Amino acid sequence: MSILVNKDTRLVVQGITGKTGTFHTQQCLDYGTQIVAGVTPSKGGQLWENQVPVCNTMAEAIREHGANVSVIYVPPPFAGDSILEAVEAEIPLVICITEGVPVRDMAEIRRRLNAKNNRTRLIGPNCPGIITPGECKIGIMPGYIHKPGRVGVVSRSGTLTYEAVWQLTQRGHGQSTCIGIGGDPINGTSQTDAIRLFNEDPDTDAIIMIGEIGGNAEEEACEYIKAHVKKPMAGFIAGASAPKGRTMGHAGAIVSASGAGTAEAKFAAMEAAGVALARNPSGIADALITVYKG
Amino acid sequence: MNIHEYQAKQLLHEYGVPIPKGYPAQSQSEAESAIAQLGNAQKFMVKAQIHAGGRGKGTFTDGFKGGVQLVDGREAALETAKRMLGNTLVTQQTGNTGRKVQTVYFTEACEIQHEYYLALVLDRETAQTVIIASTEGGMDIEAVADKSPEKIIRVPVSTAMGLRPHHCRRVAFELGLSGEQIKQFAHLLSGLYKLYWENNAMLVEINPLITNDTNDLVALDAKMTFDGNALFKHPQIEGLRDLNEEDPKEIEASKYNLSYIALDGNIACLVNGAGLAMATMDIIKSCGGEPANFLDVGGGANEDQVTAAFEIILSDPKVEGILVNIFGGIMQCDVIARGIVAAARKVDLQVPLVIRLEGTNVEAGKAILKESGIACTPADSLAEAAEIITAQVKA
Repeated sequence: MSILVNKDTRLVVQGITGKTGTFHTQQCLDYGTQIVAGVTPSKGGQLWENQVPVCNTMAEAIREHGANVSVIYVPPPFAGDSILEAVEAEIPLVICITEGVPVRDMAEIRRRLNAKNNRTRLIGPNCPGIITPGECKIGIMPGYIHKPGRVGVVSRSGTLTYEAVWQLTQRGHGQSTCIGIGGDPINGTSQTDAIRLFNEDPDTDAIIMIGEIGGNAEEEACEYIKAHVKKPMAGFIAGASAPKGRTMGHAGAIVSASGAGTAEAKFAAMEAAGVALARNPSGIADALITVYKG
Repeated sequence: MNIHEYQAKQLLHEYGVPIPKGYPAQSQSEAESAIAQLGNAQKFMVKAQIHAGGRGKGTFTDGFKGGVQLVDGREAALETAKRMLGNTLVTQQTGNTGRKVQTVYFTEACEIQHEYYLALVLDRETAQTVIIASTEGGMDIEAVADKSPEKIIRVPVSTAMGLRPHHCRRVAFELGLSGEQIKQFAHLLSGLYKLYWENNAMLVEINPLITNDTNDLVALDAKMTFDGNALFKHPQIEGLRDLNEEDPKEIEASKYNLSYIALDGNIACLVNGAGLAMATMDIIKSCGGEPANFLDVGGGANEDQVTAAFEIILSDPKVEGILVNIFGGIMQCDVIARGIVAAARKVDLQVPLVIRLEGTNVEAGKAILKESGIACTPADSLAEAAEIITAQVKA
């Protein structure tokens, strides 16, 4: 019923002993996520909250505890290095929640992820995380708004994703997996990557894509959708009313002075790709229901 | 983060990029000493320093024309600076309110043979640096890209390998440079790349880059943007931040870790999360209203932050109504509700307030609002909230 994470996921938390790491680790444990280890350099050997063993390195967390997914709550100046440590340790999936990672760090990380010997997928940074409802919650999203089901959700935004998920749940549509890919200009997993995974997942029947102004991630995804996706889809783009040249909270949410990355262009690309449009953030689930009965 | 032209020029000089001799001044006495330092020059450029393009074609609010002027003689230079300092310059990019000029920059004037464009920018799609150059310098590069895209040279530079001599040669040849200029250009571009790379710049732009009467390359104007998330590595760059160029409300908001951007409308919004904040602005607009701001209180806002957010919103005299839209995840609705009540009492709210709460502890949050007796209208959905506030503000 899912992509990337499920009940068998063995999670390691990088930055588990920090305030943010501690809070969200408890929330994820309460949801039922299997957390097998934490990493905080120089705190190896301790037991976090008497529950989770702490390691000094990612290599140790994988070797000693069989971790296969990592989540990062490390502060921005060090988050880039934490991502690279996870990549070098060859863990299959890393989710970086941290907001404010320098763009150049991300450019260098993307370079590393593009290498032929790369074995890691990165989600984020600056994202809420990923959840397979009823099985595994990794990140900062509220668990209870989700419901197990067959709609895949991918989004560049956090709370706006909750809005869409809550609309789905209230209308009786559960979710296979929900992924927040993050609002930064350079990130790990793109809209296209996530949609490809949902498209190939036999347990996902319909897909929602939520985008924002800036960049061309949604336009690129629409090229893929047009060529490959037969599953019903709905989409929304935030920022139609944003002025040009101003960054709207997310570093990536900016319409350039030349007008590239506008909401209008993205809505047009979705329409051309056969994606049902939600012109209004209140109507995201309803837009999907026009093309998907469930 | 943006910096002024004179600051960018100083950086260029430090990295070996030739610039015309020049000095900034913030007062008449500094202007006199700047002119004196320029020695025997007879022709001067006097340039108003604001963070916006289109200065040359701009007009001051008192009718004085031109934020960049070529003047003859010291007296004329001083007189021009006097008219500019403290005056407000309106350009295509400043909006109607314009920007107050706190600094003027005096440089020696150059004879211009040809104007080129040269920039380094981090391309988000490829995660690489791209050299952008053109023989059509001195004008708006986006207009050039629109009208004659073939005149824009783009050369990607690998993030791992960095700038190499072949990149410099290729751009130099495509720009039609020859002889000694090619060596000069390679030296200049290497310095520019070093500046860009070492300081986590997102954009460094020289427009125009000129050849002068002796056929030498000189950077006549410069614009730079640095990654705000990387300033912790570069205190020298952070020290170039000019708070006069920023909206005081935005500066106040950043003290409380709130992300605020002033807009032109009259309906203020207070939202958690950047995407939801944009979507809230969008829905206000689609209901026929105009958002007064973008305001993201973040994922873990406390009572103090919510109070500060209300105070910042209400310091904008255009605001005639407020829409609060919170999807409580980790942030609990009851905590937010208490913050709203405290803020509404503290700031003595006089405009309509519509509140939509959803998510964790929503019932407790709604109860707190109801029991507090503060004047507000609850809404169950984002659409309903936007309709109510738009109608209330119009009425």
